[in-house]
Parts: sequence; C-alpha cells; structure tokens
Amino acid sequence: MSHLDRLRAVFRSALNLPPGADVDGLEYRAIPQWDSLAHMSLVAAMEDEFSIMIDTDEMIDMSSFAKATELLEKHGIDAAV
Amino acid sequence: MSVVTSVFTLAEPDREAALVPRLAELTERHRRACEPYRRILDAIGAAPAYERVADFPWLPVRMFKTHELRSVPADQVFRVLVSSGTTGAPSRVHLDREAAAAQPRMLAATLRAVLGGRRLPMLIADTRSVVRDPTLSARGAGVLGMMNLGRDHTFVLDEQGRVDTEAVGGFLRRHGGEPFLIFGFTFMVWLHLRGLGADLSQGTLIHSGGWKRLAEQAVGNAEFRRTLAEECGLTRIHNFYGMVEQIGTIFLEGPDGDGLYCPDFATVVVRDPETWEEAPPGTPGLVEVVSTLPTSYPGHVLLTEDLGVVHGVDDGVWPGKRFSVLGRLPRAEARGCSDVYAQAEPGAVVPGGARAAEPGEAVVGGRGGGRV
Repeated sequence: MSHLDRLRAVFRSALNLPPGADVDGLEYRAIPQWDSLAHMSLVAAMEDEFSIMIDTDEMIDMSSFAKATELLEKHGIDAAV
Repeated sequence: MSVVTSVFTLAEPDREAALVPRLAELTERHRRACEPYRRILDAIGAAPAYERVADFPWLPVRMFKTHELRSVPADQVFRVLVSSGTTGAPSRVHLDREAAAAQPRMLAATLRAVLGGRRLPMLIADTRSVVRDPTLSARGAGVLGMMNLGRDHTFVLDEQGRVDTEAVGGFLRRHGGEPFLIFGFTFMVWLHLRGLGADLSQGTLIHSGGWKRLAEQAVGNAEFRRTLAEECGLTRIHNFYGMVEQIGTIFLEGPDGDGLYCPDFATVVVRDPETWEEAPPGTPGLVEVVSTLPTSYPGHVLLTEDLGVVHGVDDGVWPGKRFSVLGRLPRAEARGCSDVYAQAEPGAVVPGGARAAEPGEAVVGGRGGGRV
C-alpha cells in the first residue's frame, strides 16, 4: 500500500469514516467528524503509522488532507510512493 | 520545522512603539466594520491620535454578553465561541477563519517559552468526559485547547471523577523520567494532584482558572507553589490569565512565580476605577487587557472586571509589565463602571449589574470559555 493510501486509511479510521470514503479533499472542521478531539486522535494515529513525531505547530497547521501529505513529505515520507 | 522564536522579547518602550500603530489600525478597522462599536466610540468621543497604549478606548468585557460585536460579515464567521456562564447571557465571540487559525498558534507560541516546541506527554488534572460532552463546558474547551500541546493525553480522574491511580501510574512509568506537561484548572490541581503521592518532578504544570475557590480555603499562589513542590516535587509551575473574549492571548506566570508576563503582542493597563487613569506600579486597579489578536471582533482593548496590580516594568525574567490578578471587583463598584457605558451608549442594556463570571467559567484562553 502506498504512503498515500496508508494516510487515507489513517484518516478514515481516526475520523470514523466509512471504508471507501473520499478523504482527499477534506478540511479541518468542514465535516462534523473532524473536530478538535478527532484532530488529536488523527495526529496520534499518523505518528504511529509513519513513526514520526509531529510538533505543536505542525499539528495546528495540519488543516486539511493536503496539508497532511505535505507534513509527511516534510518528515521525509513521500506520499506518492 | 517551524522557527522557534520567543514571544517574550519586547521591553516596555519597544512594546508601546510596536503596539500603538497596530492598535490604531485595529481600532479604525473595527470602527468601520462593526456598527455597535462605532456607536460606542462616537458616544464617548474616542478619536485618534492615540499616543500611548493607555490612550485607546476600551470596551467593558461584558459588552460581548449584550451585543453582537463582529467586524466581519456574517458569512465569513468561521466559529462563534460561546461562554457558558451559569447565569446571565453568555459572551459570544466571532472568529473568521484567519482569527480562528491565529489563536491556537499564538497560544502555542506563548507556552513555547516554558514547554518548548515539542508536544510533551500530557497529564490532565480532569476527567476525559469533560472534553467529550457535546455541549462542551468552558472547562472542557479549556482542556481541549491545551491538548494541542501534548501527546499521550492521560486524565488523572476517571469518568466518575475519582483519581485513576492506575492511569497515572502507567503514565509516570512511561514518561515520569522525561519532561512532561501537566495541565489543569487551579482548583482541580489543588484538589487532585496533591494526594497522588507521585513524583512529578520532571513535569511542568500549567494551570489557570482563577483563585476564588482556593481563596475560600485561604490558599494563595505562594502556598500553592510551595505545597506542590513539597508534596509532588513540582518546581516548574506557571499560572496563566486569559479570557475567551481575547482568545489565544494568555498572560503567563514567570518561572519564579513573581507575576504574570505579557507576550509581545499584548499588554495590560491597570486603571484606577475612580479616575480611569493608569495606576502606577504597586497600586491596584481594574485590569484592561490589550492584544493585537482580535482582528474579527473589537476585542483588542478590553476592560475586565478583575482587580490587578502591576508589580514592575522591565524588571523581571521576561520584559514588559509584570502583574497579578487579585480577584473580582466587588459588585457595587463594578456597576459604576458599566454605568459609564450605559450612559455613553443609550441602547446598551447591561443586565445583571456587575455580575462577574463564575470562577469555573475561567478557562484556557478563557474566562467564559468556548470551544477552542
């Protein structure tokens, strides 16, 4: 599974979305499931899945799925691979 | 990685020089964009030029309970923070996307001075249910706002409100030997942390919410700090003061417990409640909080109902004013102050006289609270 697919799976699981849900266009707080509490679970799940440490500012700035892929790239994980 | 820069750098003259033009800009922006604010300024005759921070017109913080004060069109409102006052009307604070994004960043930037940029393992002197409640309490909002700064969030109390010794023990086994963060409301910390019998010496405690409940037990800041040091080994303790009407801005206690300090984008003016002039250091008065963060509502200069005192200026561990909050202004005295505005603006109804927020309402970034 590509990093991108793994990230999608993390999003679906952390935000309690159905298995096939399209997450690529998601933005923080644009859906009720992605609230501040879910945001913390999501960040923790990303840290576990990709073995990275996300700092406070990165967590606050991760306001969309697209930003999450950028964040992974910043941590040396190419989402396309 | 983000650039780690301190927000505790500006000595008072530099701070004044930086704040005055920014506050003037905000005052004019809000005057143009917020009709009730414009009426208030007109009524009190406030007009430029403003030479000092203390020259700017202030709004009594209670105005957010009685007026819809926003400087952005309704369709640009991204979040409305609503305080959860136990009586009276709640405060409503309108944030557009930009203001909503700025506030957690600036809160984090302020606390970075004592926590660093890493999210630390976090022990919370509260129960998990406080953040799960769909009608989030102010306390819950406060906890939630702080949780951004932590990881492996562990609650000291179980769902029934009893100390969860197993969870705390597990947390300390995992993290007790490294820097970790403890957060709680002042009275919750006092009630539940002391009895843990745990070594919290690697922890940094951040607490807020006011001293009223502890003052009833004759516990002040000095005893609070001394007791937690003696009983838990906690030596890194930082109280903070903030309110939902200026969300994202907190005034943070210095490492030595010698008062609250202002981040570079904020300051306080303590005013004599008789003359409204700025009181000199050492003389108590009403606390006016000043911050450049409120861009979507006219909350940049707010007169609180709290009594405070400036201890010194540019004389502490961080630059700027060093102050303490002494408690609520007694009801009768505060009424006089709201009368000023009731007269200034005929339409301004100030229900409930000078009723202050309940102590439990005081939250992170928020006396009054609101989901962060």
